[in-house]
Amino acid sequence: MRKILQKIKLPILALVVALFVSGLLIAFSDPKVLALKGDPLSMIAKALSIAGSAYWALFRGSIYDPQLADTGFFGGLYPLSETIVVSTPLILTGLAVALAFKAGLFNIGAQGQFIVGAIGASYVGFTFELPIVLHALAAIVAAIVCAGLYGGFVGLLKARTGAHEVIVTIMLNYVASYFLLWLLSTKAFLREGRMDPIAPEVLESSRLPRLAGQDYRLHAGIFIALLAAAAVWWLLNRSTLGFKFRAVGANAKASRTAGISVAKSTTFVMVISGALAGLGGAVHILGADHALTNEVGGSFGFDAITVALLGRATPLGTVLAALLFGALRAGGLTMQATTETPLDIVLIIQALVVLFIAAPAVIKAIFRLKNVEEGQAIGSKGWNG
Amino acid sequence: MSLELRGITKRFGALTANDAIDLKVESGEIHAILGENGAGKSTLMNIVYGLLAPDEGTISVDNKVLKIESPLDALAAGIGMVHQHFMLIPVFTVAENIVLGHEKVKGPGFLDLERARREILRVSAEFNFDVDPDALVEDLPVGIQQRVEIIRALIYDAKVLILDEPTAVLTPQETDELLRNMKKLRDQGTAIVFITHKLREVREAADKITIIRRGKVVGTASPTASQEELASLMVGRPVSLDVEKNAPKLGGIALDVRNLTVRDYTGRALVKNVSFSISDGEILAVAGVQGNGQSELAEAIVGLQEHIEGEITLDGKNLAGVSVRKALHSGIAFIPESREEDGLISSFSIEENLILDLHDLPPFSNGSAISQVAVAENGVKRVAEFDIRALSPKDPASSLSGGNKQKVVLARELSRPVRLVVASQPTRGLDVGSIEFVHERIIAERDSGRAVLLFSTELDEVVGLADRIAVMYRGEFIAIVPADTSREELGLLMAGVKR
Ligand SMILES: Nc1ncnc2c1ncn2[C@@H]1O[C@H](COP(=O)(O)OP(=O)(O)O)[C@@H](O)[C@H]1O
Ligand SMILES: [Mg+2]
Repeated sequence: MRKILQKIKLPILALVVALFVSGLLIAFSDPKVLALKGDPLSMIAKALSIAGSAYWALFRGSIYDPQLADTGFFGGLYPLSETIVVSTPLILTGLAVALAFKAGLFNIGAQGQFIVGAIGASYVGFTFELPIVLHALAAIVAAIVCAGLYGGFVGLLKARTGAHEVIVTIMLNYVASYFLLWLLSTKAFLREGRMDPIAPEVLESSRLPRLAGQDYRLHAGIFIALLAAAAVWWLLNRSTLGFKFRAVGANAKASRTAGISVAKSTTFVMVISGALAGLGGAVHILGADHALTNEVGGSFGFDAITVALLGRATPLGTVLAALLFGALRAGGLTMQATTETPLDIVLIIQALVVLFIAAPAVIKAIFRLKNVEEGQAIGSKGWNG
Repeated sequence: MSLELRGITKRFGALTANDAIDLKVESGEIHAILGENGAGKSTLMNIVYGLLAPDEGTISVDNKVLKIESPLDALAAGIGMVHQHFMLIPVFTVAENIVLGHEKVKGPGFLDLERARREILRVSAEFNFDVDPDALVEDLPVGIQQRVEIIRALIYDAKVLILDEPTAVLTPQETDELLRNMKKLRDQGTAIVFITHKLREVREAADKITIIRRGKVVGTASPTASQEELASLMVGRPVSLDVEKNAPKLGGIALDVRNLTVRDYTGRALVKNVSFSISDGEILAVAGVQGNGQSELAEAIVGLQEHIEGEITLDGKNLAGVSVRKALHSGIAFIPESREEDGLISSFSIEENLILDLHDLPPFSNGSAISQVAVAENGVKRVAEFDIRALSPKDPASSLSGGNKQKVVLARELSRPVRLVVASQPTRGLDVGSIEFVHERIIAERDSGRAVLLFSTELDEVVGLADRIAVMYRGEFIAIVPADTSREELGLLMAGVKR
């Protein structure tokens, strides 16, 4: 228990500091606060009330909103459902990045892999007519296969030619985005009667069941994501393949010397990493969006990097970090709508969390900590990883 | 001139690298500081040279306490140092390196390299150093680079010259030459602090000997003390230095290498047309100065080199071009040169390191999952069998000392069915006790009928263990000679002089 506490101390303190700094930013970027320059006391009071109401809106938008509770307690939980809907794909893309990182690879390509997975799931979802359950499974398998190949290609290139995965995945993100845009203009994907880039809705039989009735978007994808997290944990900590991944990630030279094939590890881990990100795309289409658009990817693949970093590349950490980010995203919308604080402040909070985790010295100095476990700083490994 | 240290203490976190060290060095003497790896010798000297600040204690020169905060202060006080890891800038010339930090200018922006050149030539001539002031440092062999560092100290008029493990990179002949020059400097009145863990050299050159163990001065000795006495002072218990071994019982040929050439990716040959064979129950030791193709040869045999030509067979079965895994599983135990980089995964636990090679085979794996129980049992067993000093087999390998890390590598590699042991510098950086252990293990392997290919730059080790000696020079086996060949002859061969 103490060990766990030791491990999560730094991320939590980083979050606290990030929220504090952002609070200052929210308050002191507000003209109403600045107008009170001559009167420090009322200025501080105003600042507190503005930051307070922004964070209150953030909470209402992400977890519980009493104003929606007129139908009972559960009505007020609508925002939580939204948080989970946003977090679900983020868990999967986050796992993709975390797994690759454990194997010594920096997978910047979760975005592209997510898109490829979404395309595969969507196509199977609206094209074929299959019985319920089977249809969803088929769509998911299609996504996993497409995205697994898409990710595996990167691993293969690296293993065969040494091409750096960071560059290749960045490029493949563009390829996936523009491929999607082109697809949505083709006959196969264009919805009848529409001119804008949107594919037909996936058939009912392929959709993931909603968990709390049709009023809530909360869907069974969260279970898939949690199962995937458990599977990744098992893979890394219990399986033979995961042992290879971790060995190569921790010291490729020693692994090679002990007879472990670095090339195979690199290829396989990228296949699985890609498949996880693709599963994220499938779950998002089949559970939440139902129709493929050119904006399906959002920033799920990019936020995944931050999520994995915050979660220290462990499956449990990644799940928790994804939930936090989902909450910030979902709550940010409400904050923007009901207060004068822009959505961008959410991006600033995210950025600050990352900054403080990447530079633990700051947090240590603030809280006078000694011997906090720093873990691996994902960010600093970057290019050589 | 005299240099006196009083109560020097230096801590790195919880570790006390130097613990209240007192030391007095007088001019006209060679004062040897003897201690095992990690005893704190370099730390102490880096303090004297102003590279580290002591936590406690004083440094005085001629009974005046000095504050030495940088190497410039040290040089000004007449203290010069030749580092264990040279501190030269490879892309600069010798002269440029020597003026570094003391740039005298002729006019604005013009370095006075001319004076430095003249000085270098003067010192170089006096000591037969043969150093070209205009050569780029990166083009020079390590032996010459060391001379550059010595010249630098002498040009700045060092009255105290500190040499930190200067012989580690030298051939026996170069070592003799260095010892001669040290004596010459001593006779001219320089005080020399000579740091080493090699007993032979201490007895040959030192006037006084101070022994450091775990950061403390544990005693002094006279140069007439026997090697055994010095070694047991260094280690803190009686040690036997002689490797005890019986005459080899040779079997059939195990490893056979024919016309092996190893190239780097640019096509340059690092190992050139090497042929040899080793019988069961025989140790073939490859001697040579570091960097003459030994690492590449060892790696080629276990499949770690990509561009190879020629034949390698073990018990008649081809090994050339097979994967590392295949090579290891056909009966090779491989002790790599750098255990930190190639031998172990520091962040992994000891028990995980013990199964790096076998993690996907029964009993450790059922094909998909790793059996935690089998891994733990194996860990406990090997830790006991190889006397690995660890609190728990579940601790990370990084928590072990060098000797115990090497034991983990040995334990892993010798737990497969072994036909051939390939050991690259297996005792480099180890303490005397661990060296004893490694040597005993290697001889035990040989006595149980396995072939051993040993690569070592330590002549003592080669002579102590070998049944036959191959000398490697610039990628070639320049000779394969019997084990009783004299050191002088081996030294000449190591320097590339053929008979
Ligand atoms: N900069 C440093 N930080 C932490 N520990 C160090 C540092 N330098 C040396 N040490 C430790 O101090 C001890 C003495 O090291 P060193 O003086 O290099 O030994 P020696 O030169 O006698 O082999 C070793 O245990 C080493 O790991
Ligand atoms: Mg040293």
